[in-house]
Amino acid sequence: MTIVEAFKHLNDAYGINLSIVYDPFDRERFVHGFLMTLLLSIVSMALSIVIGLVGAWLLGGRSRLLKGATTGFVEAFRNTPPLIQLLFFFFAVSPFLPGAVNSAGQVTPLIGGVGWAIISLSLYAGALNVEIFRSGLEAVPSATREAAESLGYTRLQAFRHVVFPLAFRISLSALNNNMVNLIKTTTLAYAIGVPELLYASAAIWSESLNVREMMLVMLATYLLLIAGYTGIMNRVERALRMPGTDV
Amino acid sequence: MDHHKLGAPIIVIKGVEKRFGETVVLREIDMVVHRGETVCIIGPSGSGKSTLLRCINALAPINKGSILVDGVEVNDPKLDKLAVRRKVGIVFQQYNLFPHKTALQNVMMAPVTVLKQDPREVEARARALLKRVRLEDKAGSYPGELSGGQQQRVAIARSLAMNPLVILFDEVTAALDPETKKEVLVTIRELAADGMTCILVTHEMAFAREIADTVYFTDGGVIVESGPPSQIFQAPQNPRTRAFLDLVL
Amino acid sequence: MFETKLTARGVAIAFAAAAFVAAVSLAHAETASPAAASILSLVVKWLPLIFTGFLLNLLVSVLSMAIGTVAGVPLGLAQIARHRVVQRCASAVTQFTRNAPWLVLLFLTMFLLPFQFRLFGQSIPFPAWIKAVIGLAIPVMGNVSEIVRGGVLSIPRAQWESAESLAFSPTQTVFKIILPQALKRMLPPWMNLYAILAMATPLIAIVGVQDGLTDVRGALVAENRTDLLLPLYATLLAMFFIYCYPIAMATRALERRAEVKF
Ligand SMILES: Nc1ncnc2c1ncn2[C@@H]1O[C@H](COP(=O)(O)OP(=O)(O)OP(=O)(O)O)[C@@H](O)[C@H]1O
Ligand SMILES: [Mg+2]
Repeated sequence: MTIVEAFKHLNDAYGINLSIVYDPFDRERFVHGFLMTLLLSIVSMALSIVIGLVGAWLLGGRSRLLKGATTGFVEAFRNTPPLIQLLFFFFAVSPFLPGAVNSAGQVTPLIGGVGWAIISLSLYAGALNVEIFRSGLEAVPSATREAAESLGYTRLQAFRHVVFPLAFRISLSALNNNMVNLIKTTTLAYAIGVPELLYASAAIWSESLNVREMMLVMLATYLLLIAGYTGIMNRVERALRMPGTDV
Repeated sequence: MDHHKLGAPIIVIKGVEKRFGETVVLREIDMVVHRGETVCIIGPSGSGKSTLLRCINALAPINKGSILVDGVEVNDPKLDKLAVRRKVGIVFQQYNLFPHKTALQNVMMAPVTVLKQDPREVEARARALLKRVRLEDKAGSYPGELSGGQQQRVAIARSLAMNPLVILFDEVTAALDPETKKEVLVTIRELAADGMTCILVTHEMAFAREIADTVYFTDGGVIVESGPPSQIFQAPQNPRTRAFLDLVL
Repeated sequence: MFETKLTARGVAIAFAAAAFVAAVSLAHAETASPAAASILSLVVKWLPLIFTGFLLNLLVSVLSMAIGTVAGVPLGLAQIARHRVVQRCASAVTQFTRNAPWLVLLFLTMFLLPFQFRLFGQSIPFPAWIKAVIGLAIPVMGNVSEIVRGGVLSIPRAQWESAESLAFSPTQTVFKIILPQALKRMLPPWMNLYAILAMATPLIAIVGVQDGLTDVRGALVAENRTDLLLPLYATLLAMFFIYCYPIAMATRALERRAEVKF
């Protein structure tokens, strides 16, 4: 008996319907959903870190206008629901952008659901990252930076070799927390029809009528995804540890 | 120590004034330091000793006067501050090592990043310097794993790695217990004996008396009195100096 | 001081941004249709309904927080229990409920809980919004559990030992000595969790509970005007902001006060 047959039998005999194992169509949907979740997570993580760094840098800069604008951005995004932010971008902002003309001559939105999900998730997580990096930078003693400057480092060299590596280590655990939350928040893309893991699972259970099984499979997949991320990050944290300190 | 071994003036400070906003922290400071000289600055807390060192190292700009380091005006706005800092090393009370790097890397970092020297050549020199401060077996340790005295000696080695003309020491033993204090003082004494130009801010009067060629007493942002240690400690001219010494000796 | 000034400026700018969005959408409407001026009146017209829906969001958030806290405190204490099995189980439940996406847990309770249940032969309906409250209370429980654990562990060992030396029982030590001290440290993260929960409540619209977000969408369908999209969504965003921002500020003020103590 092959594995496929075994799972068919499981369904017929016991009513445990794991269609993603024996049904190629369901399996493909599920795998694509997983890959989409992975894509949303990775791209949004990268962008949110860039946003966080740029924001923290602007907060430390001279321009009061840019500082104020950054603070406004951070407060606006971290004090409103991420789901409504996403819908706001997808439904309310999108129509203002010029459309693109596709090969068939139709006008389609320049940015689709996946694009808006990435933008929205990145801005939300990015706003939180700004705060995380800012407090990390603040926690680096000015005396340490001064020690670098007294050795002849330029401001940029001191930042690159001393201040940033320290601030990054200090920020790392808060950053990881936020990134785990970002992975969980990718489920919101369901609301604008992006076929990520939750959307794919829901499509499968509503057609194959196996809500219970698919829920468990989906839940397990998310937990594994997060365990995987945490596992990698634990290694990174260990590699970056500064012996003799709390960080 | 004997004055005849001293060389040409290397730091010339004239009429320096330093303000923080309205408050004048240093005024009318004059000081000449010769090559190979060991200068000790003593004085009550808040008298501006640290500020003076920071001005010499261009960490703090001055408001009036001039500071020449090896003939270069530190206060010149056109001046490359980094050039001055490469000639003047500074060691701080709180060590300020880079906690994410090992002792060896702390010593190597600046020559490699700032002076773009060959890492292999720098490493050999850094190991020699660690040996000089008696820490060759701690090369791979991180600052968090070292005692205060060991960290301070790494900081001294880190400064020496830049081959400075002068090293400034700002109360480098103030945070240490008596036992580790001694290790650091021994290191500084050896440096001075080797002919390194040193300016020390210190509260260790016995040490100042033993090691200094010239002692400066500062109070309220001015140099009240200066001279060889025999004069300052045994026959102070100014009543303020006398009062201070009565208090600390 | 500096912080406060910065955040005060943050509010000003956030409001300026909201006003800007409103102005842009109004100006856009102006050029788009002659009936433009009515856009403000349309927002005003729908405001009461949206606000009522928003109140349901708040109700759900308060109930979920209450249930999640009541369930999370013992779970958190179980996480630091001496009993190995109890401690392992509590940690596993905590990790599971913290790491699962909120929306997934919401789906789970909506689908897997019955829509009515029988008690003493009576069938009692189990309305969707109560299921949603439970769905949101689950991750709250996990997070509260972790907050309690962290708070208790942050109290120095010496406190336990001195209580023990005074012949307090372990239970007495926890409730009389440790928890009162830990409470102060647990308050800021607990408030932060509440703000996050409040901002997660629109998720219940996805699983079919009528909240503020549902009302915004209903209004948009009823009016069928694209120029209303921006102002109506912005209105709901503003409601949440006005509710959550003061909580965030209070949390930060408490955190800073705690920092000063050390
Ligand atoms: N960044 C600053 N802004 C304002 N005032 C300052 C600053 N740095 C130092 N001061 C003031 O300058 C004066 C001299 O300070 P400095 O640190 O040079 O004293 P010090 O002699 O080194 O004292 P100590 O022995 O305590 O180290 C003090 O009154 C101090 O308050
Ligand atoms: Mg000082």
